[in-house]
Amino acid sequence: MTVMSYLGAIGAAQREAMEADPRVIIMGEDVEANVYGTMGGGKSRADKGDFLQMFGARRIRNTPISEEAMVGAAAGAAMTGLRPIVDLSYSSFLYMAMDQLVNQVAKNRYMFGGQASLPVVFRSAMFFGLNTGAHHSDRPYPMFMNVPGLKIMVPATPSDAKGLLRTAVDMDDPVLSFEACILWGLKEEVDEGEYRIPFGVARTHRHGNDVTIVGISTGVHAALQAAQKLEAEGISAEVIDPRTMVPLDSDAILNSVARTGRLVIVDPAHTTCGAAAEISAIVAEKAFDCLRGPIMRVTTPDTQIPFSPAIEKQLYPDAAKTIAAVKRTMEARTRAA
Amino acid sequence: MTRPNDLLLEMQKRMLRIRFFDERASKMVKRGEIPGTVHTSIGQEAQVVGACMALAEGDYMTGNHRSHGHPIGKGAALGPLMAELTGKATGVCGGKGGSMHLADFKVGSLGESGIVGSSIPIATGAALSSKVLGTGRVSLAFFGDGAANQGCLYEAMNLSSVWDLPIVFLCENNQYALSTPAHTVTAGVIAERAAGFAMPGVRVEDGQDVLKVHDAVKTAVDRARAGQGPSLVEVITYRFNEHSEGLKLGTDYRNPAEREAWMKRDPIKMFRAHLIDKGIADAVVLDALEAEVAAEVEAAYQFAEESDYPAASVAFKDLYTEPFGVTQ
Ligand SMILES: Cc1ncc(C[n+]2csc(CCOP(=O)(O)OP(=O)(O)O)c2C)c(N)n1
Ligand SMILES: [Mg+2]
Repeated sequence: MTVMSYLGAIGAAQREAMEADPRVIIMGEDVEANVYGTMGGGKSRADKGDFLQMFGARRIRNTPISEEAMVGAAAGAAMTGLRPIVDLSYSSFLYMAMDQLVNQVAKNRYMFGGQASLPVVFRSAMFFGLNTGAHHSDRPYPMFMNVPGLKIMVPATPSDAKGLLRTAVDMDDPVLSFEACILWGLKEEVDEGEYRIPFGVARTHRHGNDVTIVGISTGVHAALQAAQKLEAEGISAEVIDPRTMVPLDSDAILNSVARTGRLVIVDPAHTTCGAAAEISAIVAEKAFDCLRGPIMRVTTPDTQIPFSPAIEKQLYPDAAKTIAAVKRTMEARTRAA
Repeated sequence: MTRPNDLLLEMQKRMLRIRFFDERASKMVKRGEIPGTVHTSIGQEAQVVGACMALAEGDYMTGNHRSHGHPIGKGAALGPLMAELTGKATGVCGGKGGSMHLADFKVGSLGESGIVGSSIPIATGAALSSKVLGTGRVSLAFFGDGAANQGCLYEAMNLSSVWDLPIVFLCENNQYALSTPAHTVTAGVIAERAAGFAMPGVRVEDGQDVLKVHDAVKTAVDRARAGQGPSLVEVITYRFNEHSEGLKLGTDYRNPAEREAWMKRDPIKMFRAHLIDKGIADAVVLDALEAEVAAEVEAAYQFAEESDYPAASVAFKDLYTEPFGVTQ
């Protein structure tokens, strides 16, 4: 075990995958110079140009600012024998390549009757909460949950990021990795050896009996802080991180709700048709009889993200909002009883 | 360029396959035997075959909604293609692609695209894998004059030029994008756009002549295979049928005289005359070839007709390599 940052863990997973399989290549804007710090692999931000020195310019490829060509070319390369990792830098830039992601990447295997496999990973960072304004602050994973054919990972910790990303590169299906920029510096003990975390298996961070809090990405940390404070008030919260939105470990959530009878979902994406909305619907459909209070969503309201530091941060889910949501659903029980 | 006689006869054969296949498909649409939309390559056979036959067997290719000709030109078996058009389980994509989304990976056909221009980056990626893996394969992207105004083409041309990728961008300029005359929406000459990306751009003015197309594309393919990077080839041609089968537009957007003039330049008739003229084959041999291809298409039709539809559960198959979630 060694202490790694979230960013370092992403680099470590990529480095492992690059070393393990010569078919893995990395392409994206400014990847050669390791501008974002994920092209070194190790404890934290690595030396400048690390991967370029290690793997050479044949496998570490700077691209023009052409997201559509980059995503499509990675798909075509994956269909013909490579296993590309595409670094799209900001998640907001996925929209430039929407046609390729939705019409080619997600559909080609299906549409061609299984003739194509697309072992390709599209990494991007969600830069929300950092005063970068509306064009760089998106959290768009729910949009892609609506596109069958894609797999989606949303790691919340360094160890999950490393294990999930390694699985993603080894997988024969296309994966979108949404990495929260605000977690980049988060550090914890991580196994520096090879390990893989399966997709579709939630992680229970904390056991509890009164309420289930599902946290997504940064929402996991808001949920954990809330759970700690609630404990002092005698409320025992279970905290679950699905880790991958597709496939989604709905069983883990349903089993937990079956015990606690209450569900709060902390999801930094927008409210409408968000990940929290989908989880709410699943639980309402399949565990209605277990519910002892309303399902509560703690999400970002349906507005765009403003630049001014005075008005941005309070839009996102945090521990206080999560606690308020837990109390709302707990009160409902008191009334019923 | 000198070409062996059997190559020339194979060209005629593949053009005939496209013609008879598409004529049959057109008839099937009228009879309600093919659901959905069908775009034929009738009239454009020389452009398709000249390009496909400039490629080697292992080379890659992507295409568009005007889709049947491409895999046929690349050598795909007709039965599974026809069965795909009718949505049968034996279709080349198991009935999940249909006319606009044919793909036959066995012959390097990586997929046609119903989204205009969208398959161009895919072909670019196939060229990238060829380059990184050192397989020596060349990739060719078919697209129309309409698609030539999609941004992804220029992203792909720039990317493949800076990376020296082995790819040929092949613009099938049939002079119309549905009802829109190319000259009304296209600035300058498409082939000349290549200059902006530091790659050769050539225009084949007579795309009804299979040999002229073959010459131009072969030059581009050889160049790509030699590691000298991408090229753009624009071929001027004409579709004889409506944009899609059964389409009836209120306006007569194509001048009937223009259409008649182009119909006289039927690439198959022209090449037949050439083969006879040069003493490569006589009428008896060429008639026999036509009969042989007609029988192939008939057999493909029978195959499609006799095949079963896919089971309902197939709608959930092949979304991922290992199924999860809704699987029936
Ligand atoms: C992105 C996109 N826009 C519009 C359409 C509708 N559409 C289908 S074919 C076509 C014309 C295409 O013209 P061209 O590229 O010249 O090909 P052609 O049909 O002439 O072979 C249009 C507008 C589409 N399928 N995809
Ligand atoms: Mg056209």
